[in-house]
Amino acid sequence: MAFDTYLLKRADFIFKDEEDWKNILTRTLKLPPNAIINELMSSELKGRGGAGFPTGLKWKLTAEAPGNEKYIICNADEGEPGTFKDREILTLVPHKVLTAMAVCAHVIGAQQGYIYLRGEYKYLVEQLNQAIDEFHTICQSLGCQFTIRIFLGSGAYICGEETALFESMEGKRGEPRNKPPYPTQVGYKNCPTVINNVETLAHAFTIFKYGAKKFYDLGVQYSRGSKLFSVSGDTPKPGIYELELGMSLEDFVNEFGDGDTKAVQVGGASGFLVPRKKFKATAIGYKGKLSGISLPTGGSMMLFNSSRSMYNVLDNYLEFFREESCGQCTPCRVGCQQLYQGIKAVKRGEKPAGYLDKLLKLTETMKLTAKCGLGQSVANSFSSIVENFREEMIY
Amino acid sequence: MSTKINININGIALEVDQGKTILEAADQAGIIIPTLCYHKDLCIAGNCRVCVVELIGQKRLSAACATPCEEGMEIRTNSLHVRNSRKHIIELLLSEHRAECTSCYKNGNCELQKLASDYKIVTQDFIPLAQQKKYTIDQFSPSILKDDSKCIRCQRCVRTCAGLQGVNALSVAHKGDRMKITTFFEKAITEVVCTNCGQCINHCPTGALVERNYIEEVWDAISDPELHVVVQTAPAVRVGLGEEMGFPPGERVTGRMVEALKRLGFNSVLDTDFTADLTIIEEGTELLERLKKTLKEKDPSVKLPMATSCSPGWIKYIEHLYSDCLEHLSTCKSPQQMFGALVKTYYAESRSLKPEKIVSVSIMPCTAKKFEAARPEMHASGYTDVDYVLTTRELAIMIKQAGIDFAKLPESSFDRLMGQSSGAGVIFGATGGVMEAALRTVYELVTGREVPFEKLNITPVRGSEGIREACIKIENPQEGWEFLDGVELRCAVAHGLVHAKQLMDQIKAGTSPYHFIEIMACPGGCLGGGGQPIPTNPEIRAKRTEAIYAEDEEMPLRKSHENPEVLLLYKNFLGHPLGKKSHHLLHTSYIERNRY
Ligand SMILES: Cc1cc2nc3c(=O)[nH]c(=O)nc-3n(C[C@H](O)[C@H](O)[C@H](O)COP(=O)(O)O)c2cc1C
Ligand code: SF4
Ligand code: SF4
Ligand code: SF4
Ligand code: SF4
Ligand code: FES
Repeated sequence: MAFDTYLLKRADFIFKDEEDWKNILTRTLKLPPNAIINELMSSELKGRGGAGFPTGLKWKLTAEAPGNEKYIICNADEGEPGTFKDREILTLVPHKVLTAMAVCAHVIGAQQGYIYLRGEYKYLVEQLNQAIDEFHTICQSLGCQFTIRIFLGSGAYICGEETALFESMEGKRGEPRNKPPYPTQVGYKNCPTVINNVETLAHAFTIFKYGAKKFYDLGVQYSRGSKLFSVSGDTPKPGIYELELGMSLEDFVNEFGDGDTKAVQVGGASGFLVPRKKFKATAIGYKGKLSGISLPTGGSMMLFNSSRSMYNVLDNYLEFFREESCGQCTPCRVGCQQLYQGIKAVKRGEKPAGYLDKLLKLTETMKLTAKCGLGQSVANSFSSIVENFREEMIY
Repeated sequence: MSTKINININGIALEVDQGKTILEAADQAGIIIPTLCYHKDLCIAGNCRVCVVELIGQKRLSAACATPCEEGMEIRTNSLHVRNSRKHIIELLLSEHRAECTSCYKNGNCELQKLASDYKIVTQDFIPLAQQKKYTIDQFSPSILKDDSKCIRCQRCVRTCAGLQGVNALSVAHKGDRMKITTFFEKAITEVVCTNCGQCINHCPTGALVERNYIEEVWDAISDPELHVVVQTAPAVRVGLGEEMGFPPGERVTGRMVEALKRLGFNSVLDTDFTADLTIIEEGTELLERLKKTLKEKDPSVKLPMATSCSPGWIKYIEHLYSDCLEHLSTCKSPQQMFGALVKTYYAESRSLKPEKIVSVSIMPCTAKKFEAARPEMHASGYTDVDYVLTTRELAIMIKQAGIDFAKLPESSFDRLMGQSSGAGVIFGATGGVMEAALRTVYELVTGREVPFEKLNITPVRGSEGIREACIKIENPQEGWEFLDGVELRCAVAHGLVHAKQLMDQIKAGTSPYHFIEIMACPGGCLGGGGQPIPTNPEIRAKRTEAIYAEDEEMPLRKSHENPEVLLLYKNFLGHPLGKKSHHLLHTSYIERNRY
């Protein structure tokens, strides 16, 4: 496929310490909501937590939704295995996230915000509460009544899904709801709600400080700005990196690979596996002009070298989904069990190799019919691994 | 003020009310979309996904039950994607299900089985998962059997228990492949707060929740020539049984039912309506007694409102959750248990039978009555007052097993001595019926005049709203009741335990404005009981309700206190209402139960 390759470019916005956040807060809160929405829209910032929904539009829809009670929730459930970038943000630059939440509250008309914090991050609560207390004092001095509270999650991966997260906050079992209605209309406590990933909010801060243009100038068309990547697997330099969107995977592998990279899993368990022969033709960003690799939760990039069995990789993912499916809907609950057992049966020779095709069709059904993003995305890793490494599945 | 929008389903242009789901719109267009987790009585779950449809322009399919129509929507309910997906989903459900239909109690009336048949799932390529799992079968309850290996996790039971009953006995536990429907701490149903109402059974699409059946025990009794087997039939059975026998909902089959019971071999076919009339005399007297003590003697120890006590699901509910309000309950037993106590005493004496040779069977619209019959209190006759309780559904099974062609049966009448009843006894089967029957009697006892309603139909207490109220002013009472002159008798009726909760919370808070309340555990009252034919839904219950009121209007006697057999019973056996014998045989006490 012919398309331009973009060079891998590092960026440094997220973790840059911004001492002047109080000024940014004061300045932005004085702007009319519309101006803020326009700024976000022209930055083309898209959600960094999942579906890549345009953040400005999300705020706009929520601002326009009828209702006196509205909420802004920061999604810090960070459940994708191997990612910990949201934790880093909340540890190093929490005030950016808090500032963006207060601005959002100003835009949509919310009095209360929540940080839904992954249960395993309990140890962060104390220092985060200190930051929140300090933040509240500043807010009050600005005549802003907005408050933020931490809600500690229960440890289920599915609770990172926005509607399951609301259910969990409402004291119910964390099961995704039917959509529509979307959170912008019916969210937490059935009120219009903005829910944003930690990183999305941190980028919003960058935009408030430096302006939309600075952000827009990073990245490529449809995939503007920078993004945190959690690099892991067979790499000499694992860690969190802020990179501009739009780089080619080949570039990425040249930078982070160990010289023997066989495949890269882009986007964690719910993402895609890209084999070596497709590195060059794959660009990392949101859908659009790029070759269709989207960035589900976390921005996780896991590299595999030739010592790895792709069968084991898939087996691991399927085990994860089989256990982390909330279990309510048929295609996901039973589908994951069938996939998990199905590849084992093929491997053991209990089912013919052709059974893999039946399973591929099953993942198609799961993609079409599952109730939430979890069940819908199992097909991603399954089909990309089975289609590219079929022999490894059989022999 | 509904706005109309235009949609298109399978090429058919359609105008529908805004807010309608795709499923409702399709129904309007005569297009059937299969469903499993959807139920008209319940909130939408959207979890089974068999109802998926294709929306032109959208990549993913949508659940028809959970998706509202939007202007210009183009819907396809039978496209290639839809067909393939639907089939996959049914196959998946079956792979996780112990699909042994021939040995399943739900064989023949199972929604999963019907789907498998409609879509001809003849091959099963997926790996059988049910066989690998350790499933529990809970069979400790006298009312309910729960077999997790037949569960498709549609959560209809969970939504029933929470939404209709407010009991929350059943909930979802665990996630992923271990997700299942269970009770508090996965205890047996008998150990948790469950009313045995059976609504979860009525709403379960499969064989995962069924009644504990006593069909073989009853056949054995009937076949034993030494035994005299008496059967009583509750009012709601005669307006439900027809559905099991191929009639449309709302068909009254009283005469055929009696004939069928005779042909099954019961020695005597009697009527629970008889003791419903008796209940009215006892309970009405009790109410007047309480009013007298409160209004005339100003006795603060007497509790008002008095609550009816003929729904054993409701009794168990209050025993668990409002045990500090037990004194509000009438001490009257349910008609079933009054009947049972009399069968082995009064009936045995009159017919010169040995009570130990009598087997007393009741046909009930109810699963809670199975539990009630097994309560230790229910041995007033010196024996088990009611030996076996069968649901309407179990009776239908027996009729089919006996090879009786129900539609061709002649009509027959109940046997005498405890077989006669009034219309007031019949309407016990509908929500509001006990109240109406009681008012017909109480008002007349006090004033000497009939209740001031056309044709004795006390319409304010009829209907399907969860809670209904009525207020009757008493004027010019007869001698002895002067203290009631000018008193407005305030009554309320609730059905479905979520609504009972509202009335109970008022009582607890001391703000209940009523003198008398009627509570039925099940939606619609007994005619919507947990032992009635499946399916159930608001329309079916409305038909059964119509039938029951029609039966009442056609009865020559409409008032309990005019039932000659009841009068005879007092004359020859009981003495007078609330008398010593009544107290022993017809009244009971209640116990406090665990709140969790
Ligand atoms: C199974 C599942 C898990 C998810 N977990 C997370 C998570 O841990 N953190 C997160 O921010 N978003 C998660 N999401 C995405 C959220 O549903 C939601 O789209 C996101 O929080 C929106 O924020 P954004 O617009 O800023 O990306 C998850 C989605 C799914 C389907
Ligand atoms: S897709 Fe999976 S996680 Fe999502 S609702 Fe269905 S069962 Fe639950
Ligand atoms: S529940 Fe239904 S499908 Fe399952 S075994 Fe019973 S009849 Fe068959
Ligand atoms: S019998 Fe009634 S109370 Fe018990 S679990 Fe079923 S619905 Fe709930
Ligand atoms: S027990 Fe019945 S109603 Fe409840 S989830 Fe299972 S199949 Fe559905
Ligand atoms: S009937 Fe619609 S999802 Fe189950």
